[in-house]
Amino acid sequence: MSDVFERVKKIVVENLDVEADKVAESASFIDDLGADSLDLVELVMAFEEEFNIEIPDDVQENIRTVGDAVTHIKAHVS
Amino acid sequence: MRRVVITGIGLVSPLASGTEATWERLIAGKSGAGPIDLFDTKDVPCKIAFQVPWNDGRGGGSPDDPHSFDPDKAASAKERRRIDEFILYALAAADECVADSGWTPETDHDKERTGVLIGSGIGGLQSIYDTAITLHTQGARRVSPFFIPSALINLASGQVSIRHGFKGPNHSVVTACATGAHAIGDSARLIKYGDADVMLAGGAEAVICEIGIAGFCAAKAMSTNFNDTPEKASRPYDRDRDGFVMGEGAATVMLEEYEHAKARGAKIYAEVVGYGLTGDAYHITAPAEGSEGGYRAMKMALGHSGLDVSEIDYVNTHGTSTPKGDEGEIGAVERLFGDHAKNLSLSSTKSAVGHLLGAAGAIESAFCALAIRDQIMPPTLNLDNPSVDTPIDLIPHKAKKGQVRAAMSNSFGFGGTNACLIMKQVD
Repeated sequence: MSDVFERVKKIVVENLDVEADKVAESASFIDDLGADSLDLVELVMAFEEEFNIEIPDDVQENIRTVGDAVTHIKAHVS
Repeated sequence: MRRVVITGIGLVSPLASGTEATWERLIAGKSGAGPIDLFDTKDVPCKIAFQVPWNDGRGGGSPDDPHSFDPDKAASAKERRRIDEFILYALAAADECVADSGWTPETDHDKERTGVLIGSGIGGLQSIYDTAITLHTQGARRVSPFFIPSALINLASGQVSIRHGFKGPNHSVVTACATGAHAIGDSARLIKYGDADVMLAGGAEAVICEIGIAGFCAAKAMSTNFNDTPEKASRPYDRDRDGFVMGEGAATVMLEEYEHAKARGAKIYAEVVGYGLTGDAYHITAPAEGSEGGYRAMKMALGHSGLDVSEIDYVNTHGTSTPKGDEGEIGAVERLFGDHAKNLSLSSTKSAVGHLLGAAGAIESAFCALAIRDQIMPPTLNLDNPSVDTPIDLIPHKAKKGQVRAAMSNSFGFGGTNACLIMKQVD
């Protein structure tokens, strides 16, 4: 699953309309990548679809950075 | 009493993107009709429409035509994912309207005195349709967080206010095909009452989608005899007319209190002097006999205007090209204008741009303002054999130069809702 980060990055670039080099693991969706709360919901939906997983609402609230998303996805993709 | 004038216009129409290009093509007698290329029309009896020409070739547009609609200029790819197309058109029309008016408020006071009132007849129908399919096939968890704000009618006003920082009244109108006229009339009232000094007003519509066409076809409202000759299909007052042809786009005007406009040296197209609105209380889709409700709307607008009928030179009619509606409206106009009817000119620009539903009243009011500016009246295309015998000049085929001191615009909608606006030259 070494490509999880790259796949997440691709989705973030497409959904948030940001430059690829800004999408670092430490980047905050809201503070660094210009997302709002609705963008975050849409991003999570895109992750769920891409990786065929379900991310529960209480977990969604803790996904603040690109790294948070990658970590969660890696833990739940078999 | 505070006076209200038009100081800016913005249009995205089936003829062109932009006011001057649209007006030039309208006066030249061009038609914006063509085969529908937005979905496969095999299952619907009406296969034609007046689509906005896009620069990617959609709707008969071309990258070589600078007046084809450029979606990238209207909104970023990210923004576009959050809005239905009626809002995209509203944003583009509003951008042009703001630039044309030269009104870009900087101070809190000026922003708070500037409002937005853009309506739509139906709103984000394509978004609702697409989301219903997603819900059905993939479940509720796949419904986008942007679905509701992309489809809501008042989000046209909301998005425009966010982009331009207009913090005054933020409102919307939903009265079917009278929406655009009500939006302008109500906005003028807000300025007269003192709630705002400037209002960006108009209508937007984009429902040339399968469910939209199927719905109007089921109501037997659309033309079906001219699928092979789309430009001939919208033919108000002609004996061979067989229904309306749908258009899309957005039209906005900048309404401004007269002294406010004068103080900043704004260009003024016309003054909005009359507004009338009535209900038929008759039928959900058919107009009342003899356009009785329309007549009362015109009479109310005339009363507010303080004008005599002899001072009005041009009427832009609702004239949708349906067998039932057209003649009733002509009768009502004749009744209102009496002996002056023989001096009057009248046309239905739906023959050239189609029926823009919730944007119709706004684009037609803009045409009235431009007719007053240029002293020329747009034609009624395809009027080969009038089905009505009237002393009024219906301006068949070719635009007509002539005095336009004041102009009237009629809009009537499903549900039996009627609106009339009167604009006049400012001396």
